[in-house]
Amino acid sequence: MSVSEALKSRDASLLPSRRDEAWRYTDLRAAVRTIPEPSPLGTVPAAPGPFAAIKADRALVIINGRGPEVLSLDTGQVLCVELRLVADSHATSHQSDLRIDLASGAHLTLLESHEGRGAAYLSSANLIVHLAEGASLERVVILDEPSDAVSVITADITLSPGASLKQTVLTRGASRQRFETQVTHPGGGASVRLDGVYMLADKCHTDLTTIVTHVGPGGTTDQLTKGAVRDASRAVFQGQIQVQPGADQTDARMGHHALILSDRAEIDAKPELEIFADDVSCAHGNTVGALDEDALFYICSRGVPLDQARAMLVQAFGLEVIGRIETEAVREVAQAWLAEVGAGGSDGL
Amino acid sequence: MLSVSNLHVAVGGTEILKGLSLEIPAGEVHAVMGPNGAGKSTLSYTLAGRQGYEVTSGSASLNGEDLLAMAANERAAKGLFLSFQYPLEIPGVPSLTFIRTALNAQRKARGEDEIGAPAFLKLAREQAAKLKIEFDMLKRPLNVGFSGGEKKRMEIFQMAMLSPQFLILDETDSGLDIDALRIVSEGVNALRSPERGMLVITHYQRLLDYIKPDRVHVLAGGKIVASGGPELALELEDTGYDRFAQAAA
Ligand SMILES: Nc1ncnc2c1ncn2[C@@H]1O[C@H](COP(=O)(O)OP(=O)(O)O)[C@@H](O)[C@H]1O
Ligand SMILES: [Mg+2]
Repeated sequence: MSVSEALKSRDASLLPSRRDEAWRYTDLRAAVRTIPEPSPLGTVPAAPGPFAAIKADRALVIINGRGPEVLSLDTGQVLCVELRLVADSHATSHQSDLRIDLASGAHLTLLESHEGRGAAYLSSANLIVHLAEGASLERVVILDEPSDAVSVITADITLSPGASLKQTVLTRGASRQRFETQVTHPGGGASVRLDGVYMLADKCHTDLTTIVTHVGPGGTTDQLTKGAVRDASRAVFQGQIQVQPGADQTDARMGHHALILSDRAEIDAKPELEIFADDVSCAHGNTVGALDEDALFYICSRGVPLDQARAMLVQAFGLEVIGRIETEAVREVAQAWLAEVGAGGSDGL
Repeated sequence: MLSVSNLHVAVGGTEILKGLSLEIPAGEVHAVMGPNGAGKSTLSYTLAGRQGYEVTSGSASLNGEDLLAMAANERAAKGLFLSFQYPLEIPGVPSLTFIRTALNAQRKARGEDEIGAPAFLKLAREQAAKLKIEFDMLKRPLNVGFSGGEKKRMEIFQMAMLSPQFLILDETDSGLDIDALRIVSEGVNALRSPERGMLVITHYQRLLDYIKPDRVHVLAGGKIVASGGPELALELEDTGYDRFAQAAA
């Protein structure tokens, strides 16, 4: 059961459904009755992407699944790449595949956006990423898709010893949206940071799924996901950390913290730590709560209208995650995203 | 200026204020003193517009305008300011950003232009210096990790920046050492003017050595049970609240 197979064979019955444990909260089969027609060629969007303010060394654009298929960095090469996956598609479907190879010691800053320019599309994007020894990837992803799109984005990332992955995904969700990251972690001084912020409104849905498999000793994983759901939106967080036999001295921590801003909104969180090694330090925290009424009153008592006070607290909540982005210019783009998305909504927010 | 008449307030179904009346004209400073649990904070929260403080009867107005009909932010825009007994921590929002947002929201509500960044910063530097607040502290998230005394000083700083018409100080002296008390009191006294009114709530007489009240009221059992001049505070220092608690019961 996979989205790729369903798209390839144009058979909706192959889409994952809630009967598949890993897709319990994101039932694609219920959302998509028939696979839509294949997307047309599409055109380069006139509007710039969300990372336009940053001067990248290279810009790659994939439209409706068509565009470059490989991005390789040589040994020691340092590059900043703007990667735009654009769906210029109305009620059609497509798939994008991209392979990214970082040779030893290479450093890639990947500014990745998934931009829905159309409506009601079904799209699938798969990244296969390989980091050689000592390579590092800073991946910041903005998902900017229409509320009637169905979109699945997966990345399968394999690290070599000494490699580093730092990832932050920012999303407003879609009709059904899944952002899945699978990491094979060799230990050996390699480090992984996997972060996310979701800000959902109306009937939007997002599913942030991570599966980190520690296969060798001495690796670190640090995850922090925060988000807010309002109206009738729904967020899913599934974080799995597997520490395999022999992956001793693994240090892994995972946090997921959510704000529920409406009683019609929903959070499904499933943190899972599976530990089969010794001398492992693993911790996870998961909290779901409402905005602090006392803090809201305090802000309002200073003259700030309630809507604005709520938006202030919601943004402040997400800011902790964005503060972990190392590159200042990228952090600023993320902050601007949060300010824009955190202020919107229709439940008096 | 502030006029409270026969105010009854219930919290969680329990009546806390039971017919409280108070008149504070412009230019005057009135102290409200009372034992713990008398309803002092209930009075300040009710005037400031906190949810859950249900006014079952009575009225409260500022300059003739019905306060109880306004949302908390509207009351602030009309010039009401409450210095909290327990100021809240607002993570992720730098103190200066917070105050500027508040000031501009108030100005917008009053149909005034927003204050520009240079003018705002100049004012902030002046006021911070007066209250002996390090400017760097104003870049930190509001009240997060501040000591009790620093939070109180930050309340007075916010007050000075927002320049309200009517000030309510709810136990501003609690948690302050003598030096901080003096700095904070000087900050408050600097705001005394013929156009402003103040309600100074305190448990102890000590604060009133620094902020000299025109009138002193005793709040016990949910109403004002005695009113007098500054000498009433000194008298209370000697005799305690017991006789008033009995009078209220
Ligand atoms: N949120 C609340 N819910 C229920 N009772 C409350 C609440 N806040 C205050 N009270 C009660 O109201 C009374 C007055 O409290 P408060 O106004 O805080 O007194 P003071 O500030 O004079 O010490 C106390 O008996 C207190 O227990
Ligand atoms: Mg009190």
